[in-house]
Amino acid sequence: MNIIICIKQVPATTNVQIDSETGRLKREGVESIINPFDEYALEEGLRLKEKFAGKVIVLSMGPPQAETALRECIARGADESILLSDKNFAGADTLATAYTLAQAIKKINPGGGSSTPYDLIICGKQAIDGDTAQVGPGIAEKLNIPHICYVRKIEEIKDGMLRVERLMEDGYDILEMKLPALITVVKEINIPRLPSLRGLLLAKKTKINLWNAEIINAEKDKIGMTGSPTTVKKIFTPPARKGGETISGSPEEIAQKTASRLKELKII
Amino acid sequence: MDYFLSEEQKMIVDLCKKIAQEKIKPVRQHYDEIEEFPWPIVEEMAKTDLFRIYIPEEYGGLGGSIFNLCLAVEELSKVDGAIALCLAGTALGTFPILLFGTEEQKKKYLPDIAAGKRLTAFALTEPQAGSDATAIKTTAIKEADTYRLNGTKCFITNAGEAEIYTVIALTSPGRGVRGLSAFIVEKDTPGFTFGKKEKKLGIRASPTRELIFQDCRIPKENLLGKEGQGFIVALKTLYVSRPGVAAQAVGIAQGALDEAINYARQRVQFGQAIIHFQAIQHLLADLATQVEAARALVYSTARMIDADPEKRVTKESAMSKLFASETAMKVTTEAVQIFGGYGYMQEYPVEKMMRDAKITQIYEGTNQIQRNEIALALIKESASK
Amino acid sequence: MNIYILEEKCIGCGLCLKVCIYNALTLRERPEHPKKYKLAIIDLNKCTFCAACVEECKKYSAIVLEKEAISCQPSAISLYKGVWVYAEQRHNEIAPVVYELLAEGKKLAQKLNVSLSAILLGDKISHFAQELIFHGANKVYLVEDTILKNFLDEPYSEVLAQIINEEKPEIILFGATNIGRSFASRVAAKTNTGLTADCTGLDVDLETRNLLQTRPAFGGNIMATILTPNHRPQMATVRHKVFPKAERDTTLKGEIIKKNVNLSNLIVRTQFIEFVKDITSKVNLAEADIIVSGGRGLGKPEGFKLIEELAQVIGGAVGASRAAVDAEWIPYSHQVGQTGRTVAPKLYIACGISGAIQHLVGMSGAKCVVAVNKDPEAPIMKIADFALQGDLYEIIPALIKELKK
Repeated sequence: MNIIICIKQVPATTNVQIDSETGRLKREGVESIINPFDEYALEEGLRLKEKFAGKVIVLSMGPPQAETALRECIARGADESILLSDKNFAGADTLATAYTLAQAIKKINPGGGSSTPYDLIICGKQAIDGDTAQVGPGIAEKLNIPHICYVRKIEEIKDGMLRVERLMEDGYDILEMKLPALITVVKEINIPRLPSLRGLLLAKKTKINLWNAEIINAEKDKIGMTGSPTTVKKIFTPPARKGGETISGSPEEIAQKTASRLKELKII
Repeated sequence: MDYFLSEEQKMIVDLCKKIAQEKIKPVRQHYDEIEEFPWPIVEEMAKTDLFRIYIPEEYGGLGGSIFNLCLAVEELSKVDGAIALCLAGTALGTFPILLFGTEEQKKKYLPDIAAGKRLTAFALTEPQAGSDATAIKTTAIKEADTYRLNGTKCFITNAGEAEIYTVIALTSPGRGVRGLSAFIVEKDTPGFTFGKKEKKLGIRASPTRELIFQDCRIPKENLLGKEGQGFIVALKTLYVSRPGVAAQAVGIAQGALDEAINYARQRVQFGQAIIHFQAIQHLLADLATQVEAARALVYSTARMIDADPEKRVTKESAMSKLFASETAMKVTTEAVQIFGGYGYMQEYPVEKMMRDAKITQIYEGTNQIQRNEIALALIKESASK
Repeated sequence: MNIYILEEKCIGCGLCLKVCIYNALTLRERPEHPKKYKLAIIDLNKCTFCAACVEECKKYSAIVLEKEAISCQPSAISLYKGVWVYAEQRHNEIAPVVYELLAEGKKLAQKLNVSLSAILLGDKISHFAQELIFHGANKVYLVEDTILKNFLDEPYSEVLAQIINEEKPEIILFGATNIGRSFASRVAAKTNTGLTADCTGLDVDLETRNLLQTRPAFGGNIMATILTPNHRPQMATVRHKVFPKAERDTTLKGEIIKKNVNLSNLIVRTQFIEFVKDITSKVNLAEADIIVSGGRGLGKPEGFKLIEELAQVIGGAVGASRAAVDAEWIPYSHQVGQTGRTVAPKLYIACGISGAIQHLVGMSGAKCVVAVNKDPEAPIMKIADFALQGDLYEIIPALIKELKK
């Protein structure tokens, strides 16, 4: 079973803090990490590989330094990695990104359609910088394969069918889908492994395939900012939430004051 | 301080930090309380190749560096010295095979040990024979193609969980330490059972049990080295393993120091964070200096062993273990003091660190024995001048 | 596309460095400058052309972002008219966010002087059409087919794309639900248009008829206003509980248009098997008006019994911080925050939660925040409307007692 994992390198927002004086993001110490949801995607891919044999190929679009994220995937057990890097890819929105990744996947698999050498594409449910959750379904559409988002469990893979649980607001749906297909996964699906020392040593030496727009036969007006229907008009920091009253006293006093304040404000 | 670690060494440190922070920290209190072997964590260590660090590449290892092992043990010990011992204790049980094993023995045992599939333990101590190895009573009597073991070993780290034991026993009773030999004994060998599990002050996640041999027959191929070499096997094993104990001590000390500094910055008394009091500042300064000095000594010793495995490191090895373990005890005790009443409570991590630190002054040779070794080396050095 | 610094305008103030979250900007010494001003330098390998620095440097206008002329043909923009709302339905219920979209969509439609339509897809769901009209839809496009009985991305997106091509709306709003976000993404890719996720603010520019779509990014640390200037329809998913619901008015009239969609060529490769309801949570977090959440400060899994009791007394749902979920004290479905759910209740009571930024972004939409914490310095205490300082095991039982009165 051959699996393609799409990952994104993102700033570690866990380290992003807001400067209380200026209300701005503190940029010191913002390191780059693999988008956390993509770690679940990679882990699920590695588990399927261990179960069914095959290859895990990791794909990412980003600047040259996104290579470190791909090396980390190799360290955890991915077999191959491809970095899509080209000045012309810059400024892509989700549509242009989905197109670019889909073009690359067609290149990994020149056949296209149903007789594909890849069986499954796995993405994280969304990236923590953009939070859009749009690229996964976009890739599936561009490749004309079915997709299911928010997968919390792969129940079974049998006879070219994938049976999954899709997380919903009030429970989960059980769905079946014909392979090849794309899924996006949520945190609940697994606990990602750490890299191994041998993996880390291997990752240091492994060649990362670098592909540009030409290699993937991307049409110029469909990539980067040119190929992006959306543009950012303005970026601003939301007003920081201000603190209110501190209620102190004995537990009983605190409880009483709180209850009466909430009632006053008609919140309860 | 910059110890000019190689890229691979930085990798080991980073990975162990991740394991410690992400996997061990959330469960350290739990394992301390239930006093059970942390198998899920040990499996994590196996999957991430930590058991490969100190084993040569030809047996599935990553090169066999003692220094690299020390880096791993220190990093894990910063969060939990007891769980780190699962790794360090296995290294201790493996050293006799690494140092004295035949090619067949190495090929048979090391790949599984490197993969973390089988843990090991080292068995020297007996109820009547702690620091004094001449008092060992366990016998291994040769009978045709086998040795028959009888006797009891006590306080054995990893006992019950490990599958491979390196055991020191008497093959020629009456010949003192020259009558001792070393053996590999596998778990589930008939006649080999485990005694009671000890309740301990600290390192509670690490099992400490008796090994009981009652007419336990092992094939003669399981002899490590030659008959009569048992004492040498034990000594050489301890020379290379002591930096590991020292690294554990440095880790515990650093962990406690970090907790203390953090706490001192947050804890407000008399209208200010207590770190602003000079009494606390000078104390922290002293502790930090001692931890760094201990680390420098341990790293240098470990590097010395790696540079020339044939070189005698008795003195340096003893010094590292002595100084680092005394430092660990001092730092953890003072950390509890800085935490005040909270430090004494199990809700905060430093009381456990203090309990865990104590063993580093005792096992693999008490610090009194370390001083004997150092003094003996001094006398020898002076006499040979 | 290119971005550069105008050396004569840059005064080396460093403001741009502070807003660049990609670390693409540095300052270099500039001894040649008469006033020794430093100069900002952009590393194009790191820059993503997000334009945050351009915005920041408005005062000096020293940073220039040159966009190339967009080569996508404005796809006959003027042909596209009308505001649509996707009327998500599931298990014989209209998703509550739909009524919010109708209210917001109505405002946009009135500004643009066009009609508001609802798109209703499913099987045996025509009875909802009237309800949508009562909530403000001028038209309801209705497609009923057994294939649409349960939500599946492929047939749903095929149907919607076909209607879009026939009817040509200029704006389509979806709820940012699990279904909405998945579905809208596929439709946008199918129709090659722009989609903006998870909007919390909408407006229109009357001159260009562009939809101004404001949304949080970086986990809510920054807000961005997004446009789809040259493509139609402009699509957006909209966060639940941000906008008020439309009032139900039974005097409202509207038109129900049954669409026949050709599904003969459609290959359905996905099959719905069954739905399993989450029985651990009595109240759906996304819908809850009151949420009581527990975190690491509970110290033990049993702490959630207390949280549940308070939630029950006050009529709320139970939430949790990541720390509590990771410690396996409570299932993941309760997690609030960046890797969990985003909630916007009227009242959010955080018990023993320190308030890491990842948690705060998940609940910052709450109208009123009450925090119970030992540590007055905990971030949650700084943003709470009511910061209750003390031991939660003393305060919560007292609060339960008080509320029971």
